[in-house]
Amino acid sequence: MDPPRRAPRTIIDPVPKFRQVGFFAPGAPPERSQSGPPDPTHSSPPIPNTSAASLSPVMIPPPRHLSDNLIIHARPSVASPRRAESINVGGSNCDAPVSPAPSSSYSSRFAVGGDRSFFDGKGNNVGKVVASSFPRGGFDLTAMKVNANVVVPASELTTVSVVNDSLGIPEKEKANKGGGSAGEVKDHPNSKQQKPKPTKAERRALQEAQRAAKAAAKGEGNKASGPTTSVNAKPAKAVKPAQKVDNTAVAASEKKGGDCPPEKDRKKDAPQPRMQYDDQSRVEKAKRRSVVKQTEARNRVELFRHLPQYEHGSQLPDLEAKFFDLYPVHPAVYKVGLQYLSGDISGGNDRCIAMLQAFQEAIKDYKVPPEKSLGRDLTAKISSYVSFLIECRPLSISMGNAIRFIKSQIAKLPLTLSESEAKTSLQSDIERFISEKIILANKVIVKHAVTKIRDGDVLLTYGSSLAVEMILLHAHELGKQFRVVIVDSRPKLRGQHLLRRLVEKGLNCTYTHINAVSYIMHEVTRVFLGAASVLSNGTVYSRVGTASVAMVAHASRVPVIVCCEAYKFHERVQLDSICSNELGDPDVISNVPGREDVKYLDGWANIENLQLLNLIYDAMPSDYVSMIVTDYGMVPPTSVPVIVREYGREQVWI
Amino acid sequence: MDFQVVVLAGGVSKKLLPLVSKELPKALLPVANRPVLSYVVELLELSNLKDLIVVVEGEDAALNVGAWISGAYADRLHVEVAAVPEDVGTAGAIRAIARHLYAKDILVVSGDLVSDVPIGAVAATHRRHDAVVTALLCNAPISGPLESVSSGGKDKTKKPGRYDLIGLDPTKQFLLHIATGAEVEKDLRIQKSILRAVGQIEIRADLMDAHLYAFKRSVLLEVLEQKGAFNSLKHDVLPYLVRSQLKSEVLLNGIPQAEENGSEKVISQSNQQMLSQILANASEPTFHLRHTLNTNGSDSVRRTHKCCVYIAGSSKYCARLNSIQAYNDINRDVIGEASHLSGYSFSAHNNIIHPTAELGAKTTVGPHCMLGEGSQMGDKCSVKRSVIGRHCRIGANVKVVNSVVMNHVTIGDCCSIQGSVICSNVQLQERAILKDCQVGAGFVVTAGSECKGEVLAKKWN
Repeated sequence: MDPPRRAPRTIIDPVPKFRQVGFFAPGAPPERSQSGPPDPTHSSPPIPNTSAASLSPVMIPPPRHLSDNLIIHARPSVASPRRAESINVGGSNCDAPVSPAPSSSYSSRFAVGGDRSFFDGKGNNVGKVVASSFPRGGFDLTAMKVNANVVVPASELTTVSVVNDSLGIPEKEKANKGGGSAGEVKDHPNSKQQKPKPTKAERRALQEAQRAAKAAAKGEGNKASGPTTSVNAKPAKAVKPAQKVDNTAVAASEKKGGDCPPEKDRKKDAPQPRMQYDDQSRVEKAKRRSVVKQTEARNRVELFRHLPQYEHGSQLPDLEAKFFDLYPVHPAVYKVGLQYLSGDISGGNDRCIAMLQAFQEAIKDYKVPPEKSLGRDLTAKISSYVSFLIECRPLSISMGNAIRFIKSQIAKLPLTLSESEAKTSLQSDIERFISEKIILANKVIVKHAVTKIRDGDVLLTYGSSLAVEMILLHAHELGKQFRVVIVDSRPKLRGQHLLRRLVEKGLNCTYTHINAVSYIMHEVTRVFLGAASVLSNGTVYSRVGTASVAMVAHASRVPVIVCCEAYKFHERVQLDSICSNELGDPDVISNVPGREDVKYLDGWANIENLQLLNLIYDAMPSDYVSMIVTDYGMVPPTSVPVIVREYGREQVWI
Repeated sequence: MDFQVVVLAGGVSKKLLPLVSKELPKALLPVANRPVLSYVVELLELSNLKDLIVVVEGEDAALNVGAWISGAYADRLHVEVAAVPEDVGTAGAIRAIARHLYAKDILVVSGDLVSDVPIGAVAATHRRHDAVVTALLCNAPISGPLESVSSGGKDKTKKPGRYDLIGLDPTKQFLLHIATGAEVEKDLRIQKSILRAVGQIEIRADLMDAHLYAFKRSVLLEVLEQKGAFNSLKHDVLPYLVRSQLKSEVLLNGIPQAEENGSEKVISQSNQQMLSQILANASEPTFHLRHTLNTNGSDSVRRTHKCCVYIAGSSKYCARLNSIQAYNDINRDVIGEASHLSGYSFSAHNNIIHPTAELGAKTTVGPHCMLGEGSQMGDKCSVKRSVIGRHCRIGANVKVVNSVVMNHVTIGDCCSIQGSVICSNVQLQERAILKDCQVGAGFVVTAGSECKGEVLAKKWN
């Protein structure tokens, strides 16, 4: 039953993909011997423009926008029989929930939910609309309706001061004047679309052309085109998608810009490079738009200058202070953003679920503005939420996939559906995504992976992964005798939470830090790892440290089993963990948990020759991976592109 | 953002008695020649909260407050004033307007708050933790005049025990205990269950409850309905919620729960459980969560709710006008340290003298002073750290130090006023010497009288 141990495949990349990421002095030459491809962002820091413009060997072109393709060839669900097949491999009783008859369940839910939400929405709407537009009369009216029997000696409200212009738009303007400087950024979703469409499309086309032409010196290209005074929101909009880590936003703005196929084609031919944060002019522009105040962190590590890194201390209070200024952002989305920013929610699945639920909430409260179509306006709305969330924390790949799913669902909505029907259908789609792609996927993974646990095994895991935890618990429930080694690392120490939960359930555990992994590896028989994403070259993108654990396991000839839901797969190819990564708060690693008094690194930002690096992810080459357990079965890493290709498009989602 | 704001403006506060009256309720008491309520209203306006419900005790007071608001904020804000009977307490006031509340969360602000803490931050904290109540805590203000020469002894008697005793968890996010200083005599009772769940409680006496709360509406109204005896938000409702946070009796988000169950009927219950479990494991578990999960074995799930705090940074100003001492302090601070609150622009000498004010020869107005519109001062006067209202007529050789003089006050020659509050229309005849006095509206201080630490007011008819 041992998974086959393969010899390292030299075809993919003979060079070990591990770089020493250390503290570089600003002027120090990079260690060329370690790194495979030359890194222009590093070797030529004084010329930032070139690095952003042409695709360098290191830079990976971002994926194309699937949601665009979806509209063109939306295939009916061919996949369902195949999926059922592949599931049958793992277990028998799990295939029923995975592939529910979509049509029947859909329609029943639809009817029930539709009625209620329609009713609810209506009730609320009436109250709110009346109250806001006729403050004097409306308030009392609704109040009278609500309370038939109140015991308290109720008192009447007397309106003593009324905002005269009770319409929404003038109020907005006033809010801007009155010092809500932040509101300005996002205030224009309405006004934007009222402008004549053709001119906008033309302008965009012009911009695109210029951008393509001036591929070499692009930093300046955007400034020149477009009248800046009248449409200060628009050029920003046009630039925005390109700069984001995940380019899901592209699809949205593109759809909004109108359907002009040539432009789309061109985009596909030359995908936009990711935002490089060492490009001064672009960073400046991005900052002007942003809702979250982003102060560039000082003393950034040279090699990672192209990644966004901000001073974390000031962001949260600043965003909190702007709570009431940001009304275009739905409260639920705002809450999730705050939770991302404060670190209350971390971890791939949790972030994704929280985001989806917030979107669900937002869709529930969404009302199509007059003279607009739901498809376009809602997509734009979602895009604005997404960019808000990105400002709070860069998206994970799984979230990017989920957003892509939502947008494709919006695009697929038949035009004949009424507003409330469309909303219910979207909500149930999101619901189904959560349950099928995340929860059921994990259950299926557990079914598969449990077969790989035998009595007497010593299983090693790193950090805290939901799938791995479920596997271990399930194996324990089945009565298998095994021992768990939990390897953990600073600064998050998520392994401690896992440890606590496992020990509570009566599992036999060993807890150690990653420093000791080479020692403990000798007694380990299997390594189970979670993943943030699996890329199509088999690279496993996961929490920092995972790759070293896998490397040690590989060297000790211990099989490494990666557990990852298929919705986290991505078609991107990545060879190292440098070109695309996330930087965490460097202060976190300078603090010693539980020892507030130890402050040797206080004020490190002022020491010029000191830089701290808190990487969040790393990339594990596929050579170290013996097997990937996913909801489509247990596959070798070479099969990831197959899954991405066959299931990764629209088939996966229905 | 689905918040409603209720400003509890109070009525005629007994604590401030010589200063306030039916004509001049507490909310309109001038602080640096502006009603104290305006500080709250403008703080809210700054946070883009323009829909307010102002609750005033007593019909007359409500009329006065309403008249002032409609004059000052017409076209800018949408304010509704509700009058409630006197002595219903803060909880009663909310009960009375309960039917006008519809938003998900309610922000309850005391009308006597003078602060520059961003209110959005409190609301954001509330939302982030999905809390039942979030309270704003701030550093307890320094009491007494800056130069402690005059009233050193007095400070000692007043200062200790005045403020709240607040228990926080180690992350300083959750409220575990709250007791008003006055209630605590000798011992402090802390619930064992909370201590056990959290492991560590930090008790602080240097924080003050600023009487700005964000409540979850459903919970607030439910508590108010069930506990009819509750009279005050601060003394009854908040401690109750804090006490019961680990054995919650309130129906937490009852309505949304029902809705969710409805729409998710299709999905099996186990999925639902798993989803909640995933979210529960999402991050650093709070003690609430741990407490809930600890009882997995037993049949009943313990329900908890969260009581959060937002602690204002030490650079923020925050004070409540709830005593005469506080009135002096706030007046001093608003034209002194926290001058950005006053909304006036200070002159080069760090004081505000209205252009229509007239100063006699050799009269000096020191820094941190304010002289209102149309006031006249005679020769050789000296004003230090004081606020003088509108249309006052001050004779020659008068000294005003650390004092507040309201509008239309007539002060004769050679008077000396120190650490006092002189209300409107007071007449001080020549050579009156006041020290640490409060003079009620319309009172006449006879010539040559010398008072120290007295309350001078007309007899109530």
